[in-house]
Amino acid sequence: MIISRKKFLKLTGISMLAATGERIAESLAGTAPSAGPGSPRALTAKRWAMVIDLQKCAREDGCTACIDACHRTHNVPDIDNRAHEIKWIWKEEFKHAFPSAHNEYQAEHIESLPVLLLCNHCDNPPCVRVCPTQATWKREEDGIVMMDWHRCIGCRYCMAACPYGSRSFNWIDPRNDIAQLNPDFPTRTKGVVEKCTFCDTRLAKGELPACVEACPQDAIFFGDLDDAGSEIRQLLKSEYAIRRKPELGTKPEIYYIV
Amino acid sequence: MFMFEKALTGSRKYWTWIACLAAVVFLAFLAYLRQLDVGLGISGMSRDVTWGIYIAQFTFFVGVAASAVMVVLPYYLHNYKAFGRVTILGEFLAISSVTMCALFIFVDMGQPARVLNVLLYPTLNSPMFWDMVSLGGYFLLNAVIALVTLSAERKGIAPPKWIKPVIILSIPWAISIHTVTAFLYSGLPGRSFWLTAILAPRFLASAFASGPSLLILLCLLIRRLTGYDVGKEALRKLAVIVTYGMILNVFFLLMEIFTAFYSKIPEHMEHFHYLFAGLEGRDALVPWMWTSVLLAAVSLVLLMTPRFRNNQTLLPVICIVVFLSLWIDKGLGLVVGGFIPSPLGAITEYAPTLYEISITLGIFAIGFLMVTVFYKIALSVREQYTQ
Ligand code: SF4
Ligand code: SF4
Repeated sequence: MIISRKKFLKLTGISMLAATGERIAESLAGTAPSAGPGSPRALTAKRWAMVIDLQKCAREDGCTACIDACHRTHNVPDIDNRAHEIKWIWKEEFKHAFPSAHNEYQAEHIESLPVLLLCNHCDNPPCVRVCPTQATWKREEDGIVMMDWHRCIGCRYCMAACPYGSRSFNWIDPRNDIAQLNPDFPTRTKGVVEKCTFCDTRLAKGELPACVEACPQDAIFFGDLDDAGSEIRQLLKSEYAIRRKPELGTKPEIYYIV
Repeated sequence: MFMFEKALTGSRKYWTWIACLAAVVFLAFLAYLRQLDVGLGISGMSRDVTWGIYIAQFTFFVGVAASAVMVVLPYYLHNYKAFGRVTILGEFLAISSVTMCALFIFVDMGQPARVLNVLLYPTLNSPMFWDMVSLGGYFLLNAVIALVTLSAERKGIAPPKWIKPVIILSIPWAISIHTVTAFLYSGLPGRSFWLTAILAPRFLASAFASGPSLLILLCLLIRRLTGYDVGKEALRKLAVIVTYGMILNVFFLLMEIFTAFYSKIPEHMEHFHYLFAGLEGRDALVPWMWTSVLLAAVSLVLLMTPRFRNNQTLLPVICIVVFLSLWIDKGLGLVVGGFIPSPLGAITEYAPTLYEISITLGIFAIGFLMVTVFYKIALSVREQYTQ
């Protein structure tokens, strides 16, 4: 579906009005806007990380609940051209996601096991290292690799540097291909790079990432790697988990239980 | 301003040439407007191949710019007099090439209006920042050197003393621009085609073959057009430089191939496989790469045989062969080949679109325009001086 400019303005306009209304109501009630970084409701951690249970994820064939939720939440366009695709989270066969774990005699159900891919929020991110404008940077307080769409010059150096293909570039104006606009999240312009942000805006409101919340199988776990008592730390202790291309020293923070 | 009046008088032929170049630039400008409007989606680039002909040309012409050092160094450092008439041409070629490089980067940007962000948020850990610094500095150095030496020449006096250290500084600076450009690529984990310590030396070797080849061609062209002769000796020496550059370049390439194919590490071999044999039936670049190899082999035979190398009628042919071979290798295969296959093993091919080609030709035309105007100025000054 293509959204007309008028409809777009109306949608965003209404949402802005609604947001202002809410804020006025809040200030009348004597409470500061409750959502936002540093607000008491915000979820915080020293080092956010994710554990994905691939067997659970594969239970329901062709499930795209997390992908749909993420892309809807973040106004990710659905572009019908492989070259111009924008993806924040998607599925890839095991043999492509983990090329070094591939072997030709491996059972087909392993080789073609769907693996959820997204930005690894590397602890040592090469994309951040190369960006000439700091438009992408690692947030020191919780390790999220962030993106500033207003600063990015669209040089795509970060895409050459990311060894995981996690980044997308807006080759064309994405706004024409957003099926259903989410007025609470910005849209991007053509000519900038984007990727998963670990739902930093949802975390600030005290909500878990959209994919975690949407998963009907509870296959995605999200938590603080720095906290020995966290659920993900317990999982990593009890299950065998692998990461993508750890040999590159990027310290990816998405763990996969095979 | 800077003897520009010299560029404003010229024969009919001169003005026709200028008009033709201007027309190409104009068409490119129209294509660029379209790119601005629609986005880089009008190019052949994709999610998998994120850099294409623009960045490849940028890389290639940084080499041409750096190669000016091959005339500056013998002339100023070793007082090699035979280069007296060619040095200024080398410097102007460098200035024009750096300008082209800047333009290629600019047209490749998704958000060109934000270009100043690179200076507003200087990021010392980004090679791109250093590339901008080194290219900008190189442009300034060469502009100052050319301006000062040429105006001294016009007045018939020796250039001021302080220019000497500036010239000396421009020598390592030339090496630096191509080294930093190689670092753009060779420091990326997971891009095995570029992840090699030999990349910077190889860049320099190929630059010292392709740049002087272009310079020889330009010298021969202006000799035919204007009668200005840089001298047999200079041309011969330039051809020797091309020879060494080419030998080193091929040697370095063979070292790459040995390392990849003897170690048999798949990530190191697969890009070569794609370029020279194709992967999964995708082989768009294969004919190009073999053409490059063939031309390189032919050029080596011709260059290494003094009888051929010193033959004035054969020399332009040799230079064209060298230039084309290296242009394919570096201006096409090197950048695009690094993206295929993608980190996820996808084989997405790349071919520039008509828009990209028009814009690229337009930047070439700007380069030619600059070279034409600069050479005209330099030659006019020299004519008046020698008369
Ligand atoms: S996965 Fe790629 S984009 Fe994400 S932090 Fe790592 S290098 Fe950067
Ligand atoms: S495309 Fe944007 S985020 Fe990526 S390196 Fe360039 S400026 Fe930084």
